[in-house]
Amino acid sequence: MQSVFQQHPEVVARFPDLHPPLTAQSAVIEANRCLYCFDAPCTGACPTHIDVPRFIKKIANENLRGSALTILDANILGASCSHVCPVQVLCEGACVMHHKHESPIKIALLQRHAMDAFYASGAVLPKTSAERRNGKIACIGAGPASLACAAELRQRGYDVTVFDRHPLPGGLNTYGVAEYKLPTEDSLREIELVGSLGVDFQFGTEIAGEAAFAKLEEEFDAIFLGPGLGAMHRLNIPGGNHPAVVDALAFIAGYKTAGKLAVGRRVVVVGAGNTAIDAANAAKRLGAEEVQILYRRAETHMPAFGFEYEHAKQEGVRFLWQTQPIAIHADTDGELRSIECLRVELAQDGTPRSITGSNFHIECDMVVPAIGQSPLFDLLAECYGVRVEHGRVVVDRVTGQTSNPKYFAGGDCVNGGREVVDAVADGKRAAVGIAKTLEAAHA
Amino acid sequence: MPEFPNLAVNFAGGIRSPNPFWLASAPPTNCGEQVMRAFDAGWGGAVWKTIGEPVVNVSSRYSSIDWNGQRMMGLNNIELISDRPVEVNLREIYEVKKRYPNHAVIASLMVESKREAWHDIVARSEDAGADGLELNFGCPHGMSERGMGSAVGQVPQYTEMITGWVKEKARTPVLVKLTPNITDIRTVARAAKRGGADGLSAINTINSITGIDLDTLAPRPNVDGFSSHGGYCGPAVKPIALNMVQQVQSDPESQLPLSGIGGVGTWKDAAEFILLGCGTVQVCTAAMHYGYRIVEDMIDGLENWMRRKGYVTIEDFRGLSLPHVREWKNLNLNYKIVARIHEDKCIGCDLCYTACWDGAHQCIHLDRVSGVRNGHVEAHTKPAEVEATSRAKITVTPIAKLDKVAANSQNVEPYATPLARIPRVDETECVGCNLCALVCPVENCITMEQVENGLAPQSWEERTAVVAGIEKSC
Ligand SMILES: Cc1cc2nc3c(=O)[nH]c(=O)nc-3n(C[C@H](O)[C@H](O)[C@H](O)COP(=O)(O)OP(=O)(O)OC[C@H]3O[C@@H](n4cnc5c(N)ncnc54)[C@H](O)[C@@H]3O)c2cc1C
Ligand SMILES: Cc1cc2nc3c(=O)[nH]c(=O)nc-3n(C[C@H](O)[C@H](O)[C@H](O)COP(=O)(O)O)c2cc1C
Ligand code: SF4
Ligand code: SF4
Ligand code: SF4
Repeated sequence: MQSVFQQHPEVVARFPDLHPPLTAQSAVIEANRCLYCFDAPCTGACPTHIDVPRFIKKIANENLRGSALTILDANILGASCSHVCPVQVLCEGACVMHHKHESPIKIALLQRHAMDAFYASGAVLPKTSAERRNGKIACIGAGPASLACAAELRQRGYDVTVFDRHPLPGGLNTYGVAEYKLPTEDSLREIELVGSLGVDFQFGTEIAGEAAFAKLEEEFDAIFLGPGLGAMHRLNIPGGNHPAVVDALAFIAGYKTAGKLAVGRRVVVVGAGNTAIDAANAAKRLGAEEVQILYRRAETHMPAFGFEYEHAKQEGVRFLWQTQPIAIHADTDGELRSIECLRVELAQDGTPRSITGSNFHIECDMVVPAIGQSPLFDLLAECYGVRVEHGRVVVDRVTGQTSNPKYFAGGDCVNGGREVVDAVADGKRAAVGIAKTLEAAHA
Repeated sequence: MPEFPNLAVNFAGGIRSPNPFWLASAPPTNCGEQVMRAFDAGWGGAVWKTIGEPVVNVSSRYSSIDWNGQRMMGLNNIELISDRPVEVNLREIYEVKKRYPNHAVIASLMVESKREAWHDIVARSEDAGADGLELNFGCPHGMSERGMGSAVGQVPQYTEMITGWVKEKARTPVLVKLTPNITDIRTVARAAKRGGADGLSAINTINSITGIDLDTLAPRPNVDGFSSHGGYCGPAVKPIALNMVQQVQSDPESQLPLSGIGGVGTWKDAAEFILLGCGTVQVCTAAMHYGYRIVEDMIDGLENWMRRKGYVTIEDFRGLSLPHVREWKNLNLNYKIVARIHEDKCIGCDLCYTACWDGAHQCIHLDRVSGVRNGHVEAHTKPAEVEATSRAKITVTPIAKLDKVAANSQNVEPYATPLARIPRVDETECVGCNLCALVCPVENCITMEQVENGLAPQSWEERTAVVAGIEKSC
């Protein structure tokens, strides 16, 4: 499927692969570097516990199909994970090669190599048991958590329906992840695989209101909640609702899936998390001349991963630390002109305090707030008997079951907003939990 | 400061060369132009590509074994002897010798098994200026179907007879190149010695089929859909060659000056062959792989090692390892070593653990954290349980903002690698087989240490003699 983004080749050219794929020979050489550790630390560090040495050995032995199936067995979204996982803090960060003062095995690129071969050869999964099991499950949201849950349940023979309010499936994998990491069509290709298992998708269907939930409860034996997080926090300062103030998620989803490729000449991004960095890099690639990231605290407090920070600097993004925006100004024609800020000093314990009278202006024509997503309070309040704490659904970590035994949950709505691979792990664990509960009920 | 080493050799009663590094009879010595470039690069001698009635070769001709991403661990060929006319080869030998009087040029020969044919080629080669002759009784493919090469080298009587014919005529040293494709290499070595050979070269290539193309189902190398067994050489064959060299050198009836061949590619390989008694070494595959330039480090490395050891000439260390080779029955049964893991070097791959459990004696354990226990296998957690425990753990991506657990709550580990992943050897059960130290990817991380057991050395032979003695006395 060609995404809207792909219809603009001149823009696509500015979003080349961040980590180009391995050639067949370099993959075998890299695979042979792997020591084939026992009870490998890389596998332990992967939230989905992909058997890394096993799939790597199969690449070395030129058994690419076996390699891909090893990956998919643990992680149905093995392809997108190979593009988007922050491997420096996951598998590759745990590779024993670090202790040998050698570069870690390029696990993500090898994983992608196997997955590319799988998709190139028609993406045929082995026949799973033809056995049909009694039990219908509804998944709310078609993001990584629900997809993993749905795929696992289908493979076990259950009927699964996935609802998403968006027209495209994939959740943030489709709408959020930077295009130079994972092109939208790669995300969609992977969801076709889940579809090929016989999962029923209902797109453009928002589940909202007590009636909707009552209906679901009546029709389905279990409900999996994978709705992710809610909208981004708004920048609550004067001028914050100017039309040239676009929150990071809307900006990213706009360029990726809605053909909104226009960007300001001078862009200011507020916040220094991974999302802020993705937005800043995207603005740069879409043609902004100057992109600056403002952050209230210091470099050392930055929530983004270190490697994301390095990447942004390479893209030419500038960082302004200890800077607090207080107002957005437009000129008489209504055009956004500047963002007014205060300097911030940090107390011993890191608490920021803005310095009165230190006001200064940064000229810009677009402001992108990236100051975090809020939880989906309204939705969660409608799930009767499901306990929520600090905006996160409370679950049993092993089974994904919530305080209402009919409801299971996973992904960002449970873990507060981690990564795709965490959502997949949650979704799969919940599927196993659901299967166990249903089996017990039908026994 | 010790004297600067002198690598010059005088081999088999008169073949002199500035160093012991010769190119073996093969494509690198196909013609005069090549041999001269090889001498310029530093090679001390060259055994000319085998001369005889010119042959017609097939294409393709070679196949190889790659291992773990490394090319050409072993090379296989189905090439025959020289495809150039005898006169051309001899004329070029003449020219090379004229320009390089101090380098060794040996004519490798293979002709019909007729006395006149051998007399003729010997005379012509020596007239051309060859410093010695090497009789190719080893080529294992093609030529053997025509009654030459290994067809001679596998039958002691033929070897003795033809060596005798050559010696009737030859004025220069005669070397017999042995085939390894025989049950006991000493039988032909003895025959060559009886026939009057001045020296031996060993080994020629080993019969092989390197592999099968899994698409076409034809073995490699593929000649129009078919293949033929070939001759195997390169790094993979060195251990086999070293063993044969040792056998020949330790047998008084075989023992002759020996030019060692088979998997030599570095100065270290060369030193090993010389330590087992060889006077020179010959190289083929390594030169085919990387070119003549490899000889520079062979010379440099050997010289540096000789200086370190205080050897001045090749003779100073030739054969010094032979007394260290004994029959098994004479090894000390009371010598006891155990594996020791150096925690500070361990990277936690746990390969030693799995190797000892599945391939040795179940005495390496992952119990430094859970509680150290020595003793028999029943007392320990098994590998499958270790893995299952890890798989059941829930892991999440670390996100500083969400993980409020402060850094100071982390246990302070004594080593860079988590203690739980550093295996431990139960020395009470270790049999000292070396396997763990062999699989460990970190140098000197596992060492094998001698443990004093207070027992005097005793070999199997001695032990059984004692037992027999006791039995007799009662
Ligand atoms: C900008 C950005 C960049 C990111 N980059 C990376 C990255 O590089 N690598 C990485 O691993 N992770 C990244 N992440 C995080 C990752 O995308 C998420 O952790 C992951 O997608 C969470 O999956 P999920 O299934 O829980 O939720 P989501 O992916 O958010 O999916 C939830 C889905 O539920 C739907 N939904 C919600 N409510 C309803 C409802 N009431 N009815 C119907 N449908 C509903 C939504 O439309 C959405 O499609 C990024 C996140 C963002 C915001
Ligand atoms: C392509 C090729 C052709 C060879 N031709 C001959 C030959 O004509 N005469 C001969 O005595 N040995 C021949 N050999 C064997 C080599 O001289 C040598 O004995 C063998 O390759 C082992 O040495 P290596 O391990 O250094 O390659 C040939 C080997 C190869 C690879
Ligand atoms: S830790 Fe590194 S070397 Fe060991 S299995 Fe994993 S990738 Fe291979
Ligand atoms: S030497 Fe052999 S028996 Fe001893 S620990 Fe190592 S592998 Fe096990
Ligand atoms: S093989 Fe070596 S590095 Fe690996 S766990 Fe054992 S001792 Fe440590």
